Amino acid sequence: MPAELQGLTAYELAERIRGGGVSAREATEAALDRIEEVEDDINAFVTRTPEIALEKAGRIDGRLRNGGLNLWECVPMAVKDVLSTRGVRTTCGSRILEDFEPLYDASALVNFGEDRIMVGKTNCDEFAMGSSNENSAYGPVHNPWDLDGVPGGSSGGSAAAVAAGEGWWALGTDTGGSVRQPAALCGIVGLKPTYGRVSRYGLIAFASSLDQIGPMTRDVRDAALLLQAIAGHDPRDSTSANVEVPDYLAGLEDGVSGLRVGVVTELTQNEGISPGVREATEKAARELAAAGAEVGEVSLPHSEYGLPAYYIIAPAEVSSNLARFDGVRYGHRVPAGGVHEMYRATREEGFGDEVKRRIMLGTYSLSSGYYEAYYAQAQKVRTKIIEDFRAAYARYDVLLTPTAPTVAFGIGTKVDDPLEMYAQDICSVPASLAGVPAISVPGGLSDGLPVGVQLMGDHFTEPTLLRAARALEKATGFHFEARPR
Amino acid sequence: MENTKTQEKRDYRPVIGLEFHVHLATRTKMFCGCRVTYGEEPNTHTCPVCLGHPGALPVANERAIELGVMAGLALNCEVHPRAVYARKNYFYPDLPKGYQITQYDEPICTGGYIDVQTSEGPVRVGITRLHLEEDAAKNVHAGESGRMHGSTGSYIDYNRGGTPLMEIVTEPDIDSPEVARATANQLKAILQSVGVSECDMEKGQLRCDANVSVREPDGSFGTKTELKNMNSFRFVERGLARELERQTELLENAERVGQSTMHYDPATDEVHELRSKEFAHDYRYFPEPDLLPVELNEAWVREIKSRLPELPEEMRDRFVGQYGLSSYDAGVLTADRELAAYYEAVAAEVDPKQAANWITGDLQALLNEAGVEVSESRVTPEKMAGIVRLVSEGTVSRAAAKDLLGRVFESGDSPAEVVEREGLAQMGGDELGGVVDRVVSENPDEAERVRGGDKKVVGFLVGQVMKATRGSADGGRAREVLLEKLSR
Repeated sequence: MPAELQGLTAYELAERIRGGGVSAREATEAALDRIEEVEDDINAFVTRTPEIALEKAGRIDGRLRNGGLNLWECVPMAVKDVLSTRGVRTTCGSRILEDFEPLYDASALVNFGEDRIMVGKTNCDEFAMGSSNENSAYGPVHNPWDLDGVPGGSSGGSAAAVAAGEGWWALGTDTGGSVRQPAALCGIVGLKPTYGRVSRYGLIAFASSLDQIGPMTRDVRDAALLLQAIAGHDPRDSTSANVEVPDYLAGLEDGVSGLRVGVVTELTQNEGISPGVREATEKAARELAAAGAEVGEVSLPHSEYGLPAYYIIAPAEVSSNLARFDGVRYGHRVPAGGVHEMYRATREEGFGDEVKRRIMLGTYSLSSGYYEAYYAQAQKVRTKIIEDFRAAYARYDVLLTPTAPTVAFGIGTKVDDPLEMYAQDICSVPASLAGVPAISVPGGLSDGLPVGVQLMGDHFTEPTLLRAARALEKATGFHFEARPR
Repeated sequence: MENTKTQEKRDYRPVIGLEFHVHLATRTKMFCGCRVTYGEEPNTHTCPVCLGHPGALPVANERAIELGVMAGLALNCEVHPRAVYARKNYFYPDLPKGYQITQYDEPICTGGYIDVQTSEGPVRVGITRLHLEEDAAKNVHAGESGRMHGSTGSYIDYNRGGTPLMEIVTEPDIDSPEVARATANQLKAILQSVGVSECDMEKGQLRCDANVSVREPDGSFGTKTELKNMNSFRFVERGLARELERQTELLENAERVGQSTMHYDPATDEVHELRSKEFAHDYRYFPEPDLLPVELNEAWVREIKSRLPELPEEMRDRFVGQYGLSSYDAGVLTADRELAAYYEAVAAEVDPKQAANWITGDLQALLNEAGVEVSESRVTPEKMAGIVRLVSEGTVSRAAAKDLLGRVFESGDSPAEVVEREGLAQMGGDELGGVVDRVVSENPDEAERVRGGDKKVVGFLVGQVMKATRGSADGGRAREVLLEKLSR
């Protein structure tokens, strides 16, 4: 890719295209070239769609002359392979959907626009379950900063594609941290919007009460622009909120003067947080204070129970949500004697270990006799965590924590220890359980690898959250640079 | 031996609860926009939602909620301000998502009742709960039997999948198969009159299962079985009778009643075990995260209540007051919405009591015998009124009118035409006098006995007159004329 284009954010590229400095087709070709150049090393894509991308880019160039084009439409994008794309295979990183072509497009994509320039579907942990992208039936994704390291997960393909400059931005999905944690590990920005802000229609469910689609971008302004493109009420999703979508770019650069920022003690001082990550978080707090924010400490007393509650609620929903993959109507089927034998053989062969593990965990915790002790108890914890957040937002506008406890770890180093892998989500699950928006912003390097810091806002306060994140991004002097060089 | 056994026979009292599944009369399905259809080309009314495609989400049908509230109000239930959808998880090909969306621990309505008229007076049957859910798709088994056993292949028609379904569960207040049938009939009449369902059992719009046990002589409850596949209320009654016999016999022989699902086969009039329930399914119910709880605004519920149509009981009371009918006749006429409408159309034209007698008596007998619904009858309300009018005007005798009704029922011709064609008109005075004279002269002995004051043989002579006139004479008038002539 020409360095000139590679050096731009999505926003800058869009303005350049709209100003006639470069065509959408040229930008798309540049992205496709870069994909060609690095994919053997990264494996960010399960399916590449260069024909679609070029055709749509042509349409965008055609529409440029007539005006009326949304800024975001000019920029090629990558889409996590759990989002339904009509006629383009959508695997969810699973063998069970290896040849599955959906009948319809996810609402978030429809919102983005009919002529979206989609360069491909990105790799991910199977059905978005994982924190390292090693649970994919299509091979692991390699972190562009360290090809032996994981990119994080589950939106590892989207994170790596953006970090490697295989385009300017991507859509990911976040259930317990799947946008934020890989964004942190790959040195990019990842935003999980408020639950209900972006329609889930066409997002192939992992855990319905937690799933949200979110932008994965080169900087905070790009995240605001991409959120603008996909947000909105959707009558097809009963859990989508009928709340007006504000202008996320307005006021973005207004700074943090007077903004109240609470550093969450339990999640920053937790012993599982590596020293480098803790230092980066504390440094971010100092920088926000220097930029004019009122920084203090705040407690989310029940946050330590967030991880166990999450790993009961999410698998419970998984055990039900994944029941439809039975080989009857679509997807992989292993013929066997009777229908129940066919189910068993199909699911045995079609699902990977982590998915099976969570189906079993969830089946167990919903079983009669265990429901009260596990699922019902976890829901009570969830309510407590929501109350914690409510109390914290009475005193602070945004909360600050690390995004993930560590920087990128080596491929294969944690696969045999599910609990250690689950611990990756310790800082990200509280916002998921509470349904509040949260964003990961690059916070410098530790051991030469990117560290992410997380800001969390109250429900539907994305404008405030984005403004704080933008100020932090400026204060850290962060500049995106595609890797490997 | 038989005798001793009968003497030893102890008192096992039936305990029956009914469970109804009712298709709601909505235009579209419960959680998607596909039309609700019957008998159309398989799999032509489906979409990603009702096919359970990945990423598709349900949206609750507001009209179905409204109909559920209407049914709950009509069944004297408490309508809750909040109801929660839940997932019932199990694998079956007719269940595309691997779970059914239903309501579990927070249903839309609980705690109602139906007052059922029985031959032994009114019985109140409690309604435990009423909730909304989606129907499964339809399994079609290839092969001669049409059943899974012995079929050569199975197909699934997803047109039915997702049809709005209301489940109504009664308390185990029913103590005989007769009352079970009457309860089912009354429930159907209520649902039809409110307009929440057409309740066409042939289309599967109303299905009934029963939970049956017998109470031991010492009062303790027995093990209950579930009786399925009763697609007519006659089968409900017969199936329950067979199952109660089976359970009683087991207990009398000191055997155990196993927890099981039973199937009633109308062809053989037998029940047999479908599957044992000893290893009960764990449905792993949990709140449906894709749907928000139903929040029912009190004002809306009040508004629905205010426009609830007349219920069968209310209609029955009105028939008693307005038409002067007995409570029994009014009950029979209002048990079926179609019949009640038919009656009212006839009663508007002629004497309401006469109309009731004809409809509950001769017409119903004809309908039952032919297995025809009143709405399909060739005897339209106008024609029924015409027949009643011909009798009250004295044009045809009561006896001839019965014949006339039968002929109109068969042909659908107008009553006046049939009277004309078949010569059913009542004889005028002169003609009748002539016939009486002839009968008197042909039966001199009997005539003499009547003259001598023996009234017992009058009936015989009247009979002879009726025979000679092929029923077109009025029996009462024939008697009058006879007595008059023989008194001279």
